[in-house]
Amino acid sequence: MANVCFQMKGTAFTAVVMDLYDYSADLFLAQLKQKINTAPQFFNASPLVLNLAPFEGELKDEQLEQIVAACREMGLQPIACRGAGIELKYTVMGLGLASLPSAKTRSTDIQAEPAQSKAAHVKASPLAGNKEPAFRPSKVITKPVRSGQQVYAEGCDLIVMAAVSQGAEVLADGHIHIYGPLRGRALAGVKGDTNARVFCRQMEAELVSIAGYFVLNEKLRELCWKEAAHAFLEGESIQVSAI
Amino acid sequence: MAKIIVVTSGKGGVGKTTTSAAIATGLALRGFKTVVIDFDVGLRNLDLIMGCERRVVYDFVNVIKKEATLNQAMIKDKRTPGLYILPASQTRDKDALTMEGVQTVLDNLAKDFEYIICDSPAGIEQGAQMALYFADEAIVVTNPEVSSVRDSDRIIGILQSKSLKAEQGGTVKEHLLLTRYNPERVAAAEMLSVADVEDILAVPLLGVIPESEAVLKASNQGAPVILDQESQAGQAYLDAVSRLLGEEVEHRFLDVQKKGFLKRLLGGK
Ligand SMILES: Nc1ncnc2c1ncn2[C@@H]1O[C@H](COP(=O)(O)OP(=O)(O)OP(=O)(O)O)[C@@H](O)[C@H]1O
Ligand SMILES: [Mg+2]
Repeated sequence: MANVCFQMKGTAFTAVVMDLYDYSADLFLAQLKQKINTAPQFFNASPLVLNLAPFEGELKDEQLEQIVAACREMGLQPIACRGAGIELKYTVMGLGLASLPSAKTRSTDIQAEPAQSKAAHVKASPLAGNKEPAFRPSKVITKPVRSGQQVYAEGCDLIVMAAVSQGAEVLADGHIHIYGPLRGRALAGVKGDTNARVFCRQMEAELVSIAGYFVLNEKLRELCWKEAAHAFLEGESIQVSAI
Repeated sequence: MAKIIVVTSGKGGVGKTTTSAAIATGLALRGFKTVVIDFDVGLRNLDLIMGCERRVVYDFVNVIKKEATLNQAMIKDKRTPGLYILPASQTRDKDALTMEGVQTVLDNLAKDFEYIICDSPAGIEQGAQMALYFADEAIVVTNPEVSSVRDSDRIIGILQSKSLKAEQGGTVKEHLLLTRYNPERVAAAEMLSVADVEDILAVPLLGVIPESEAVLKASNQGAPVILDQESQAGQAYLDAVSRLLGEEVEHRFLDVQKKGFLKRLLGGK
């Protein structure tokens, strides 16, 4: 058989999205440093998508260059720009970034595939113009989610009736309920629902995230460790309390 | 109908081949016609543990490539009636096993045998996936330490998503076999306990094989340790075979054994 050099596949993976609201060089750098210091491991070499859609006013070429340079210096890997106006097109290209349309994210069901991504959303873009929330039945998983597996409940809640192992990842657009030990990562409200919660029988998670905000294992160990607990968002911080 | 049982682990060197040889021998001792297949292409080991390396003429890959018939390649065990070995190839071509080829061989074996034991190579890649693809049941071999348990967790995930059974909407029946268990080191918190591993993996426990010098001795002699019925490892494997056949047998050798006064005096082990 002839040697096959490659195969092309479509795939979906999680990346950190930075929604840019405002820019001044000093403030931006300070805030970026602060954010990264909250979870240096998490951000190290994370792929990053710059979302310019929410930016107020007009971003200049040199400002975009500064932003990308600062992100690279801090160890992030900007890979694409979303929502950049036509006037920034050549700057984006010159920076070696891909241009993504500002439309809503396409999501693909990634159930039971080995996790390729190490990063999760820092701030997932909320769906533009979410109208009538149609009823969507929850996704129910009855078997353990094992290390290397990923389960995503798109547009609904996720119920896992067994353990989520270390190295496994469960994601939902809605709430996540886990009726076994949670030892892996649980990310609720991944499309930006700040009311989403994570409930579990036994909290031993590596990471819990809601609408892009997250807490890591070290912090969780101080809160309800190995107890029945739920996590919810209050302002910009995740609260964990016993249930 | 033959039962196909894969012996798998993810992590290497945890005791898959030792276990495949012991369980296959144990099933044959109980009167079931059994064949044990070495899927570890390039690193064949099973024939050594079974003590038949000098009788290997053709191998699994020869059969798949139709260079030999199954009957030419299979080796009849000298000690245990009803037991056959299909050795792996020494070829370095890792892609020598094809899915269709493996299926044909298994289909043919299923006509004659009651149990087909597949000794998987280490890892979670293609070789290991090939060994588990057609399995009805899986013996997941785990050592009581964190990295081995994590790898077992991964391989169980693959069993339940990438096997033929899983693709058809069924499940591969899982058995946990904890090997190289050392109660002293568990007591000293240097190793995970049975309860810890069961808690993490949530798979029914088939057996606990203690760390034992008898295993090394057996492999040097080319006789599966289950035949050394004086040894704790041999007895633990016998128990595991009984449980595999659905019998209820209490677990043994889990606790630190108190040395007798005389033994302590003489420094016996
Ligand atoms: N219960 C035991 N007590 C002591 N030593 C053991 C025990 N089980 C296995 N061993 C030793 O561990 C080593 C690895 O065993 P074995 O070859 O069966 O592992 P394996 O999982 O098949 O390895 P590989 O991944 O390389 O195929 C051997 O030296 C064997 O003698
Ligand atoms: Mg082996």
